This record gives sequence, structure tokens and C-alpha cells, in this order.
Amino acid sequence: MSLISVKDMTVSRGGMPVLEGLNFAVSPGEILVLRGPNGAGKTTLLRTLARLQPPYAGTVEAAPDAVAYAAHADGLKATLTVSENLAFWAGVYGGQDIAPALRDFNLETLRDRPAGNLSAGQKRRLGLARLMVTGRPVWVLDEPTVSLDVASVELFAKAVKVHVDGGGAAVIATHIHLGFEETVFDVSPYKARHDVIRNDFDESFL
Amino acid sequence: MIRLFWRDITLAFRSGGGFGLGLGFFLILVTLVPFGVGPNAEMLSAIAPGILWVGALLACLLSLDRIFALDFEDGSLDLLATAPIPLEGVVAMKAFAHWITTGLPLVIAAPALGLLLHLDSAAYRWLIVTLLIGTPALSFIGAFGAALTVGLKRGGLLLSLLVLPLYIPTLIFGAEVVRRGAGGFLVGTPLAMQAGITLGAVALLPFAAAAAIRVALR
Repeated sequence: MSLISVKDMTVSRGGMPVLEGLNFAVSPGEILVLRGPNGAGKTTLLRTLARLQPPYAGTVEAAPDAVAYAAHADGLKATLTVSENLAFWAGVYGGQDIAPALRDFNLETLRDRPAGNLSAGQKRRLGLARLMVTGRPVWVLDEPTVSLDVASVELFAKAVKVHVDGGGAAVIATHIHLGFEETVFDVSPYKARHDVIRNDFDESFL
Repeated sequence: MIRLFWRDITLAFRSGGGFGLGLGFFLILVTLVPFGVGPNAEMLSAIAPGILWVGALLACLLSLDRIFALDFEDGSLDLLATAPIPLEGVVAMKAFAHWITTGLPLVIAAPALGLLLHLDSAAYRWLIVTLLIGTPALSFIGAFGAALTVGLKRGGLLLSLLVLPLYIPTLIFGAEVVRRGAGGFLVGTPLAMQAGITLGAVALLPFAAAAAIRVALR
């Protein structure tokens, strides 16, 4: 039983296919790490998994409320405090307790600080702490360790470990080694061929 | 969804949130008109309904681009789109919060400004009623316009161009009710038309806006 599975999927950006022929599945307890050079299509693939965009071809199979997505931008409001930001997302996702998330990402001392006054790394930690209050099984993370220091990367790796040990799964695009058992999925061989003429509806204007 | 509503209200009141922006603009615009057209009480009283309605409309327009643009820039919109609340609900809540922070203060301030323009005393009631009925349409139509331009940098001008024509019916019927109220005529028909526009906008435009946002997020 996989939490999310992808069959013959092609993903596109701006109407141009970037990756094609993708087939993989992620089971509970599994961490799938996406690798590939800049511009390979990792973000596009992750956005498709999060259902922010439809696949160009093929299918993504997952429960409608399976995926929690974290992108480059953390989605924080500068004028709300750390705990207000987190409590908002907890409320949206059905009212989980924010205390464990604050503790695991070492944000307790910052809880009443407006998010606008945090450092880049602290903002990132808050953005990642949001994942813990979503209560969703599949974490889809796009470069989660950007601007984190070594200690924070460890905190993050531990949180992911705890999450997958509890029956969750994670799909992570990252360039660094996070130090856990992972399935590495290099996207470069799936680069879409552009010599094939596609006579289909051009939706690049959308 | 109610949390999103409260978050937007809270954000509007925090620094840089833009609460009072529309109200201040409305105040200035309406105060400037007597200086421009002169203190002739009869003339002011004749143009008062139109000025008050045009003022409310422009004041509303001023803060529209904030509805989605800020959430788009900081990534919240991506996260809201993947959250368990339907995007249509997100749009409706944000438009409603926009109305509370922009439209409602205008409704409350309008009678005081009517005084500056020698608005006929019989018209006050209708001014409040039409603004109360009409301004939600401004927020919901505006939210739709904001959704259409959400991915664009500096989309504010385009947003105005898109939204202002759609505001015309609300403006016509709103000002008409106030004018008729001032003259002591029946107001039922234009009032019903205006209420119809508002109900239609509230019922349908969140779906259109959500569709526009989904396209913008791709």
C-alpha cells in the first residue's frame, strides 16, 4: 500500500514538458529524495504531487488530503507572531496542538516574536514546523534545508525521521545529505525530449 | 475557514495592513469636492449621491490588490490551495474580510460626509441602505479581479481596468436609489436590482475567482 504513486507521468512548466515517463510510489516509512541539477524539474514535479498543477500526462494517485507541501516561500505573515502563524495553520488543518512543533523546531523562546523579525533560518524553521501541525501523512518538501544551519538541519532531519517512523512518508528535493535511510531518485534521466512534435492544445498561455 | 477570516482581519489591523486606507481616501475625496465645485448648497446637494457612491467605489478599489497579491508573494496562497479548505471558501472569506475592513467603515462614515455635501435629509437612510447592500458586491467583484491578476507583477492598474466596468451597475443603481430617496420617489426597483447584483456576485464570483487562482498557481 503506497501513500502516493505516480504512473507514466509527464509534468510541464508553462506548457512545456520538463520530465516524462515518471513512475514511482512512496510507501509509509519511506523517504524519497529527489536529486538533479538546477532546472531539472524537481519543483515542477513536487508542485504536481501537491496538486497545485495537473500532470501534463499520466496520473498521480493519492488520497485527496494526503499531502502537506512546503515550498521555497514559507507562507509566513510578517506582522503575526510565531505562535499566531503556527496556530493559524494548525486551525486550518483541524486544530492540532502547536506545542510539539514549537518544541521540536526549537522555537519556544521565539513564540511571541513577530515573524518579520526572525532571521532567514528561523523563518525556515517556522515554515517547517508548520508541517507538523498539518497532520498529513506525505510531506512534499522543496529544498527544505535552505538557510538552515547545521544544528537546525539536524532538528529537521529528526522531525522527518519521527514523522516517517510514525507511518508517514516524505518526498524531498535537496542537494545535501540528510543522514537517514532514503531512496534516491535522480530526475535527470527523465528529462523530456523536445524533438518530439506535440500537436496538442497549447496551454502555455494559461 | 473562520480562522482565515480572523487572520485577514488581524492582518488588516496590524502595521502595514491597510485598514483605514480606503476610509481615509474616501474622506479626502469627499472633502475635496466642495472645494472644487464651490459652496453652492443646491449644486452640492444635487451631486452628493453620485459623489458619495463614486468615492466609495474608488476607496474600495484602492485596497483590492492586497486581497491575494500579498498571500501570493509570501507563498501563503500555495499553501492555502493545498490546505483542506476549498479555494472557493478561501476567496469568499477573504472577500468578506475585505468588506469588513474596507466596505463597512465606508458605510459608517458616509452619513457624516453626506453632511459636508448637503445631502438631502430624506436620503441618509437610503445612502446607508444602498452602501450596506452594494459594498459587498464591490468586495466580491474586486476579489474576482484580484484573482485574475494575482500572478502579475504590478497588476494594480490592470486590476482597476478590469474591475471598474464591472462596478458600473452597482454604482448606477446605488446612486439612483439615493437620488430617488432624496426626491421622495419610490426606490424599490433600483434597490432590488442592486441587491440582485450583490447576491449574484457573492454566490457566483468565488467560484470564478478560485478557478482563476488555480490557473495562476500552475
